[in-house]
Amino acid sequence: MDSLAADLECRNLIKRFGAFTAVDDVSFAIPKGSFFSILGPSGCGKTTLLRMMAGFARPDAGDILIKGASVLDTPPNRRPVNLVFQHLALFPMMTVAENIAYGLRRRGTRRAEIARAVAGVLERVGLADAGPKRIDQLSGGQKQRIAIARAMVLDPAVLLLDEPLGALDLKLREHMKIELKQLQHEFGTTFVYITHDQSEAMMMSDRVAVMNAGRFEQVGTPEELYFRPQTAFVAGFVGDANRLRAKVIAADGTGCKLATDQGLTLTAANPRSGAAELGGLFDIFIRPESIAVGVAAQDSTNRLEAVIEDVLFNGAQSRILARLPGGDVIEALLPQSGEAEPLRRGATVALGLGPAAVVSFAAAGA
Amino acid sequence: MREGKLVFWLLFAPFAAWIALLIVIPHIDMLILSLREKVAPRVYETGFRNYADFAATWVYPWTLLRTVVFSIIATVLTFLIGFPVAYYIAKIAQGRTKAALFMLCLLPFWVSEIVRVFGWMLLLRETGLISNALQGLGLTSGPVELLYNDAAILIGLVYTSMLFMIVPLISTIDGMDDALVEAGYDLGGNGWTVMTRIVIPYAMPGIIAGSIVVFMLALGNYLTPTLLGGKSGQWFTAQIYSQFITRFNWELGSAFGFILLATSSALVWLLLRLSGQSLSNTLGR
Repeated sequence: MDSLAADLECRNLIKRFGAFTAVDDVSFAIPKGSFFSILGPSGCGKTTLLRMMAGFARPDAGDILIKGASVLDTPPNRRPVNLVFQHLALFPMMTVAENIAYGLRRRGTRRAEIARAVAGVLERVGLADAGPKRIDQLSGGQKQRIAIARAMVLDPAVLLLDEPLGALDLKLREHMKIELKQLQHEFGTTFVYITHDQSEAMMMSDRVAVMNAGRFEQVGTPEELYFRPQTAFVAGFVGDANRLRAKVIAADGTGCKLATDQGLTLTAANPRSGAAELGGLFDIFIRPESIAVGVAAQDSTNRLEAVIEDVLFNGAQSRILARLPGGDVIEALLPQSGEAEPLRRGATVALGLGPAAVVSFAAAGA
Repeated sequence: MREGKLVFWLLFAPFAAWIALLIVIPHIDMLILSLREKVAPRVYETGFRNYADFAATWVYPWTLLRTVVFSIIATVLTFLIGFPVAYYIAKIAQGRTKAALFMLCLLPFWVSEIVRVFGWMLLLRETGLISNALQGLGLTSGPVELLYNDAAILIGLVYTSMLFMIVPLISTIDGMDDALVEAGYDLGGNGWTVMTRIVIPYAMPGIIAGSIVVFMLALGNYLTPTLLGGKSGQWFTAQIYSQFITRFNWELGSAFGFILLATSSALVWLLLRLSGQSLSNTLGR
């Protein structure tokens, strides 16, 4: 990507702590005005990466560019990025208005102008009359919005968000996901959002980078990550998947046949990684919704007879746990019709899988 | 319900007895004593003459003022020295260093105040360590007396009260989320503004709590000003002592005691008002 069109660019960033490499040769560029998420399990290095962008940590190698200029030697208080902290870090001894005015005061903005800017940003986050309130008088969602307002009033080139929804309860978190996305749209600022929660990343982002063990596994739109994972880690981490391990027993260039130790045999498309050589060990990922259940399974390439172990009712997301003849247990999404009725524990059901639904990657260390 | 009340009174009784017997009753007695005027041997009237005597003799108000001013200076110095120490222990030192440094602050308080003050006398007196060292280095021709002046009193007061400033400071600063400091920088602050706009306002309850305790301790200290200040010490507690013990004028001594109590209460109230803190918010933590 052309670095002039990018608000934030990282080039070959490396950060080590002793013998441990927290961030290992990460490069990416974020186009102007987009919502970019870095998704990864805890300890994957995403917080270290964020702290380097904010200026609180210095990379051991590589460069960080904001609007095309290196900011490595710019201290955090002069970088055109602002951070929304995990626990928000609102100043408890100041009012809401003083919190928001803090950054403008440091810039030496004139008093009247500060008052106007504070009122303006409070209006935009929908808390126009919250100015004189104390921080402890705000609800969790309001604090969230004030933290964003406090950063956005400084008009940063990039807003960094460090899992700010983590402290909220489930219902409010669902609501804030939508609200954050709308706020980003309204401000038009580039957001870099750090999270371990895939649903947050998938719902809000234009692009998501999946991070694991200090490296980016894959960068793409949420759809790409979900439907076309490039590595086994992404396939397993993004969305739900049944995971099996199998050996190649036949291959003809257009596809292959895989067999698990339990004796399940599946016809599959070519693996996403590794060559389908006879005897090669592969990890298979099958999404619950890609399995046809009952009548729909009739014409599938892989047709399996399974016994229902359990039915997990959850409205439109209801699933069955089915035991395959060899002993493998897989989860399948229930079809959305009255047909679900005869599916009871202990009943036999037909499951069907197309070759494309069997996504496989060469097993690590095999 | 009745049993709960009984438990409450049983638990409350020792505290109530302590307050009543050692604080309330002696003070009521002192108040009555201070309002007694001696008109003839063994003949007394009730009135404010003792208080009038205090105001009429310039040396008494002057000593009180001096005591207050020096106590304030001692409090400010204790804060200026104690704050960086407390910040270092609370935020920068880690693990065992933190515990060790805290113990180091506590260590001087394992010996009694009088031994600590004698320690300073050994250092500061004419034939003391510092005087000898200065002579040995050829910086002075003869012995120097560093004792018996106002600076010696201040050194002693600051040293004696340091712990009472550091402990509340550490406990408030320790409770501060590091992210507040980082947010302060992230939003454009520099070292100075982060310290004055974020750390110090956050630590204000601890600062006020420490200041109140140190100020009261300094104001009511008798030993340190007397031993380190000598004759020029002129501490108000010494005046009270001399009224009670030397002059045997308990009536005037009691009046002095009440004046000291009123002065310190007024100053603490003023400090709380000026800093916008409440007593429950500072000492109640």
